[in-house]
Amino acid sequence: MCEKCISSAAAEKFAELDAFIAGLNLDMSSDRRRGSLIQILHKAQHIFGYLPREVQKHVAQKLAIPEAAVSGVVSFYNYFTTKPKGKYVVDVCLGTACYVKGAEGVLREIERVLGVQADTDPTPDGLFSVSALRCVGACGLAPVMMVNGKVYGKVTPAKAVEIIKEYQQKG
Amino acid sequence: MANVTVTINGLAVSVPAGTTILEAANKVNIHIPTLCYCPDVGGGEPNKPASCRLCLVEATGIRGPRAILVPACATPIERDGIVVSTNSLRAMKSRRTVLELLLSDHSGNCLTCAKNGECELQKLAQEFGIREVSYQGVQNDFPTDTSTAIMRDLNKCVMCRRCETVCNKVQTVGALTGNGRGFAAKVGTASMIPLADTSCTFCGQCVNVCPVGAITGVSYVKKVWSAICDPSKTVIVQTAPAVRVAVGQEFGFKAGEAVTGKLVAGLKALGFDKVFDTDFSADLTIMEEGTELVNRVKEGKNLPILTSCCPGWINFLEHHYPDLLDIPSSCKSPQQMFGAVAKTYYAQKIGVDPKDLIVVSIMPCQAKKYEAGRPEFEHDGVKDVDYVVTTRELVRMFREGGINLANLEDAEFDNPLGESTGAAVIFGVTGGVLEAALRSVYWMLNGKNLEGDAINFRAVRGLDGVKEAKVDVAPGVSVNVAVCSGLGNARKVLDMVREDRNRFQAIEIMACPGGCINGGGQPYINGDRKAALAARMEGIYAEDAGKEKRLSHENADVKKLYEEFLGEPGSEKAHHLLHTHYCSNARD
Repeated sequence: MCEKCISSAAAEKFAELDAFIAGLNLDMSSDRRRGSLIQILHKAQHIFGYLPREVQKHVAQKLAIPEAAVSGVVSFYNYFTTKPKGKYVVDVCLGTACYVKGAEGVLREIERVLGVQADTDPTPDGLFSVSALRCVGACGLAPVMMVNGKVYGKVTPAKAVEIIKEYQQKG
Repeated sequence: MANVTVTINGLAVSVPAGTTILEAANKVNIHIPTLCYCPDVGGGEPNKPASCRLCLVEATGIRGPRAILVPACATPIERDGIVVSTNSLRAMKSRRTVLELLLSDHSGNCLTCAKNGECELQKLAQEFGIREVSYQGVQNDFPTDTSTAIMRDLNKCVMCRRCETVCNKVQTVGALTGNGRGFAAKVGTASMIPLADTSCTFCGQCVNVCPVGAITGVSYVKKVWSAICDPSKTVIVQTAPAVRVAVGQEFGFKAGEAVTGKLVAGLKALGFDKVFDTDFSADLTIMEEGTELVNRVKEGKNLPILTSCCPGWINFLEHHYPDLLDIPSSCKSPQQMFGAVAKTYYAQKIGVDPKDLIVVSIMPCQAKKYEAGRPEFEHDGVKDVDYVVTTRELVRMFREGGINLANLEDAEFDNPLGESTGAAVIFGVTGGVLEAALRSVYWMLNGKNLEGDAINFRAVRGLDGVKEAKVDVAPGVSVNVAVCSGLGNARKVLDMVREDRNRFQAIEIMACPGGCINGGGQPYINGDRKAALAARMEGIYAEDAGKEKRLSHENADVKKLYEEFLGEPGSEKAHHLLHTHYCSNARD
């Protein structure tokens, strides 16, 4: 990637990722370097928030593996996302326990209020993105939603809207 | 390794421990259906992900005494006492279920599929006697990905992963990958971008191994028919060396038998105005490339010289080795040299406007389609080569035109672009281009021809992926040469070159394992790939041995071309018409 074309913020992010990869002390002559791919992608998603093609390409170059090999792994794991996420990531659990306790209604209400579909693009203001996931291991609190990892239990559609409003006010 | 005994359908079979059930069954001619399994996708690399489950058999003794279903292709026989039933009711029912499930998710338009009649899934449905599919469900609706050479229809993909194996392990191109999971899983590219935007070289080895119609060549056949039937056009055809030893198998000839005369007769019967030979321009290539080699060795510059006949390999170079762009020969490939000469020299000779002269190539190759479309091979809207038709597509043209090669009398190529020597025909097999060059380089350096058996450079022959040799080209002058086929092998040799530029002086590289005889446009090989390729190779060398002239510099019409038009090899005019340049196209 051309240095001029990327903002300094992005350059910093790439530098952070490069430092992480350098710290792994990979043996580039060994096929075992491929074993570090998921770990690197994990870090990359943490840094960039998502894994756009430029980041995947960069990782491929760093590991000296085909871009397709990176893309294949990214596409396989639900955890990895190629779309940017909002400032607040709203996860609604649709695992069995949450589902029977009405999680789907919660999800639909959040989608309606924010005007976005789950697992697609974030809200136009970039504040929220919504995704549906499976069990987060808090079945006793079902139905469960999370905002940036903070767990809210026994939510109802109405309660979910209140939570969203809280974050909207924070901005 | 110790032998173990397995019982298959009541028959005791003794095999080395570790042999798979499928291999043991094959040994005693017990047929087990397979789909994803392929013993050799290229260069001896097997594909057996055991993903399709069509080879399920019932076996006891694998994990305890209970009879369980196991995939025969991937289940090794490790100990005595295993009892296998390939045709128990349970095994057959399971396989039928698997096949019906595969079919339930398969685009069912067999009649209009490019693979109709040659599809392994279709053949299985026939063998199993499938009359209805018991399962109905959602079908995938992936968009078709097309390019100038290869197209992919993922709705037909059975996820056998053969294409991925050959692309990644054999060719080390890395354009294809498994993408997504579950029902949405498919073979994709990086971020599902079009194949044309990836590091794909269009070698077409994926086309060769795809069991279904998911990866096929892009066909220009309709355009060729239209041109043939257009009275305002003069349509000439050139046919590559490797076509003549592969096309015969589709008309009942022996595998590998050269059917050159019948092929020429068939092309005439199709209605081409003149039938010419890419071998002519292969001889021409040797004159140019040989001269280049001699000059570079004398000057010690830009070595080692790499052959540049193979467009798949040139794509690989441009994608992966942009630092080595100065060393390949600047010669255009024989296909493009032919086009350039036809649209200038020949058009002038017959008094036809180049715009009204259509050049069709019959090639064993998919990458040739891409090559013909490269912008540097087009001048004032006139392409050097207008349409490329693969051997497979030519067979279909023959069938459509009601032509059976077996019923034709041999015919001769037309002149002047039809004359060739034995040195040209061996371009069709790995090692041939270098051998042809060495034969003429000897003459260029010594002013006399190689005599007797010395004309045969056996050290560079054979289907091995990498061959190295030290060859005497003049008294006291020897060159170190390497020959490799298959892009994985090319990578190995190019990495050696990166390390030590002085290790070799000349290297021949072909993208497909074995060379053009195994090109991505050749008739499908069902069964033993290596044996089939060996037969085609023998056909090539037999054709060479039987030729009156076996040295490119003795091609009278090539000599005449220089006298009347080009001047001498390496002249300014020759450079303008017959040479090209390479560009970095690094994508990974």
